[in-house]
Amino acid sequence: MRRMDIIRKIGAVTLESVRRMGLMGLFLVKTFLYTLIPPIKFGRVIKQIHFIGVQSSLVILLTGSFSGMVLGFQGYYSLSRFGSDAFLGPMVGLALIKELGPVLSALMVTGRAGSAVAAEIGIMRISEQIDALELMGLNPYRYLIVPNLLAALISVPLLTAIFDVVGIFGGYLIGVKLLGVGAGVYFGEMRHYVEMADVLEGLYKSLSFGVLIAWVSTFKGYYTGILTGFGAEGVSKATTQAVVLCSVLILVWDYFMTSLLF
Amino acid sequence: MIQVEDLHKSFDGHVVLDGISFEIGKGQVVALIGGSGGGKSVLLKHLAGLMKPDKGRVIIDGADLKTLRGGQLRALRDRLGFLFQGGALFDSLTVYENVAFPLREKTKMKEREIREKVLKELELVGLKGAEDKYPSQISGGMVKRAALARALVRDPEIMLFDEPTTGLDPVIGQAILELIDACHKRISFTGIVVTHEIPRIFSYVDRVLMIYEGKLRVNATPQELMRSEDPVVKSFLGY
Repeated sequence: MRRMDIIRKIGAVTLESVRRMGLMGLFLVKTFLYTLIPPIKFGRVIKQIHFIGVQSSLVILLTGSFSGMVLGFQGYYSLSRFGSDAFLGPMVGLALIKELGPVLSALMVTGRAGSAVAAEIGIMRISEQIDALELMGLNPYRYLIVPNLLAALISVPLLTAIFDVVGIFGGYLIGVKLLGVGAGVYFGEMRHYVEMADVLEGLYKSLSFGVLIAWVSTFKGYYTGILTGFGAEGVSKATTQAVVLCSVLILVWDYFMTSLLF
Repeated sequence: MIQVEDLHKSFDGHVVLDGISFEIGKGQVVALIGGSGGGKSVLLKHLAGLMKPDKGRVIIDGADLKTLRGGQLRALRDRLGFLFQGGALFDSLTVYENVAFPLREKTKMKEREIREKVLKELELVGLKGAEDKYPSQISGGMVKRAALARALVRDPEIMLFDEPTTGLDPVIGQAILELIDACHKRISFTGIVVTHEIPRIFSYVDRVLMIYEGKLRVNATPQELMRSEDPVVKSFLGY
């Protein structure tokens, strides 16, 4: 009987996991549908662009510049072993534009804005504000979910671009000003080796990360209570799960995108 | 106007509603009473279309809620107001913006007309001067009154009240009940009030429905209820 209990438990957990994945998938499909079919609440979109984009710019500036500076140090000492320190510029540029810029920006936005969005929508769920919206004959997706998706699609690539630029400048500060690589060499070689395809790869990644962040954080908030339990503990669980799941999905999806675009 | 037919609802095997049936006529106000966790709020949410029954039907003006979709459901909800137990005010909007919200989103009224209507509603619920405050800055009683103003601002035909006086002191609770009564006299809505305010609520309603162990134990006028010899009713009323 004990063996049967274990099998039953595994079955129940598997079924519940599949149910939740299905729910998440349907949520994404509905979100896209309401994004494509007007009306769009542009006022809410602007507000969320300010929240997700503008208010994340300081943390992006800080992480971007320090990431670039670390790349400058590590890149120089690695390349100089092979007498290739002249390639510091393209190394920093390619690493940031193709990989570190999109991934680290997305992770910063997840931690800062994704968690806040999940918490806000979660609190609205447990205090019946979402029910109130529905009972006014209004569609909660148009007010809460779609604006976050559009704001993330606009903000995350722009934040990634800022991250790349300050990161490249951080690499310049260390590589050129501190370690003596020629400024013309740094930028000249970067211009020679960084191509439009590399920039587009970073753009596609950041766009898809924007979708992931909006999707996971709004889903977790929207289904607070239903999937995580009610009350403050439910909101806390939803927020934590949003950040963890989003971070993992960003890294996993990054692998698939890299192998696809390689 | 409202018909509930053989309504059944369970959560994780626990039966909450076990074959509830009743009718409410146009313009009537009905109290829904029963023990805590007895299914009163669940029943109310079925009437609002927020939950779907496992079995049975809710029919409003001939329309079965289970069959309504999209535009039809929205059209029904345009005629309905709901006062949530906690108020459910949007906490990032001021009191004024909360009450104006359904007018801005669902009507073509000009901002000047909206302002007039909102300020009038706030005055009627005794919140003149509080329009620029946020929900976190006002008391529980004021939150309920603001939520009531928001629920009534479009003059709904049907009003559902989920424990409108719970958590409030007796004086404020009495004021809320009198407000509901005054609003009913003004716009003649059909109303259902989930409440524990017994026997105070009896002065304000036409009928009383009592849910006990998932079933409808009583469907009577307040006078008939007070004369009931049913031991469960007598025990619940404290006689």
